[in-house]
Amino acid sequence: MRAVVTVSGSDRRGIIAKVSGFLYAHDVNIEDISQTILGDQFAMIMMVDTSESKEDFSALASGLETLGKEIGMSVRLQHADIFDAMHNI
Amino acid sequence: MFNQSDVLETIDMIEKEHLDIRTVTMGISLLPCIRATAKETAQAVYDRVTGRAERLVKTASELSREYGIPIVNKRVSVTPVSLVTAAFPEKSPLVGQALDRAARELGIDFLGGYSALVHKGTADYEEVFIKTIPEVLAATERLCSSVNVGSSKSGINMDAVRQMGEIVLKTAALTAENDGLGCAKLVVFCNAVEDNPFMAGAFHGVGEADTVINVGVSGPGVVQHALKFIPEADLTDAAELIKRTAFKITRAGQLIAKEAAKRLNARFGIVDLSLAPTPARGDSVAHILEELGLEVVGCHGTTAALAMLNDAVKKGGVMASSRVGGLSGAFIPVSEDIGMIESASAGKISIEKLEAMTCVCSVGLDMIAIPGDTPASTISAIIADEAAIGMVNNKTTAVRVIPAPGKKVGDEVSFGGLLGRAPVMPVHTGDAGKFIRRGGLIPAPIHSFKN
Repeated sequence: MRAVVTVSGSDRRGIIAKVSGFLYAHDVNIEDISQTILGDQFAMIMMVDTSESKEDFSALASGLETLGKEIGMSVRLQHADIFDAMHNI
Repeated sequence: MFNQSDVLETIDMIEKEHLDIRTVTMGISLLPCIRATAKETAQAVYDRVTGRAERLVKTASELSREYGIPIVNKRVSVTPVSLVTAAFPEKSPLVGQALDRAARELGIDFLGGYSALVHKGTADYEEVFIKTIPEVLAATERLCSSVNVGSSKSGINMDAVRQMGEIVLKTAALTAENDGLGCAKLVVFCNAVEDNPFMAGAFHGVGEADTVINVGVSGPGVVQHALKFIPEADLTDAAELIKRTAFKITRAGQLIAKEAAKRLNARFGIVDLSLAPTPARGDSVAHILEELGLEVVGCHGTTAALAMLNDAVKKGGVMASSRVGGLSGAFIPVSEDIGMIESASAGKISIEKLEAMTCVCSVGLDMIAIPGDTPASTISAIIADEAAIGMVNNKTTAVRVIPAPGKKVGDEVSFGGLLGRAPVMPVHTGDAGKFIRRGGLIPAPIHSFKN
């Protein structure tokens, strides 16, 4: 399933490492990464493919949310279709 | 393909501006449940509703998780119960209680359809059924009721209007210890729609497929937030921005509706494009109108601003969804909108102004507390006025007023949760009793004869 991981919050070291480490450990392939820093606010968006993962989608989303709490960031995993639907005709 | 700012915009809408799917409502036909006795029918109704909607709550929470968008309410609407119990109308409460139990079993907050459609005339079994509404609403927790008393095609059934004034008052009396809460679950319609996903007026029309998923989207906060960025724009540009925003909101609803229907093995019915407020700050239709430049909702200019908002929402939404229905527009319930509550509490909005607003938006006089000693004939007259607006303008109108027992103008009623709180508003004290007692049918307007 094509999905989007978004990470946002105050910038700090090791964010990409932690999130990509989690995705690697759960067989989620990262297809694209972009990031921006506005002031001290960090926002990272990853396009990922979850089809190889043995975990179900809800469990992955919960896992990332928990990881987000550990590193003090907001981390979300969402089906890519929601963004396609809202922003493309 | 979407870009980074699209992703961040969606997340901001959800996290900061209260974008949500307001309701995923499963419409279920009860016609196959009719049996020889009320007891057997009630059991068949319970079995069918709990069977068809068994996975509704679970599926909605999975969808919410996967797409990262809150789905606030999961609900069920059913065939108007008066049709199911036509052979034993006095025993209709048995079916009402079975539906309430089913709602509890499913874990949903409201189930709609304890309803009757009497817009052209009231059958004997319907008159008996309507008399059961107050006791059923008092004895149940999650069941919602509605009665359609008029339509553009048929006119207004003034005998039913007269009866409903009494029914509203009796419902308030039987739920007096909760400020007349029963009336918050009772809607009197003109031009009721058969695929409305919103409570308390939802029912599953007889022209509908067996099991249908209808979705109501929301997002007044998103529209208000978007308007903040163009404080000096003219109204053409403001309407355009509202339209674009409504498009995005509705597309989210369309996606969830189609996916929910697929997973629940039901037909995709409609997306209802309504801006539905909640009592939470930042989730108010009144505040959109104020963002457009009104000092306070209710002042002169409110009707024009609402007309523009309602139209822009429809235009954006129609483009975004393959099937649009329900009420589709802006809701203006007083107790469920923080901006309305504040304006009403300060005496800045009147029932007369609200009535004018209902001429241009998608609903009617909604969630308005009125003095407990309001006569039944005055409530009937309020219903008749709203029905006339709906009939002549080919739109749905509704009345959901709460004559708060023992309360006077200036007091407040509080229902909590999504139903909110409302100050008791004054009604005109002139007597319409004779007009209401005349009964009969107000004929349909000339422009309804289109065949």
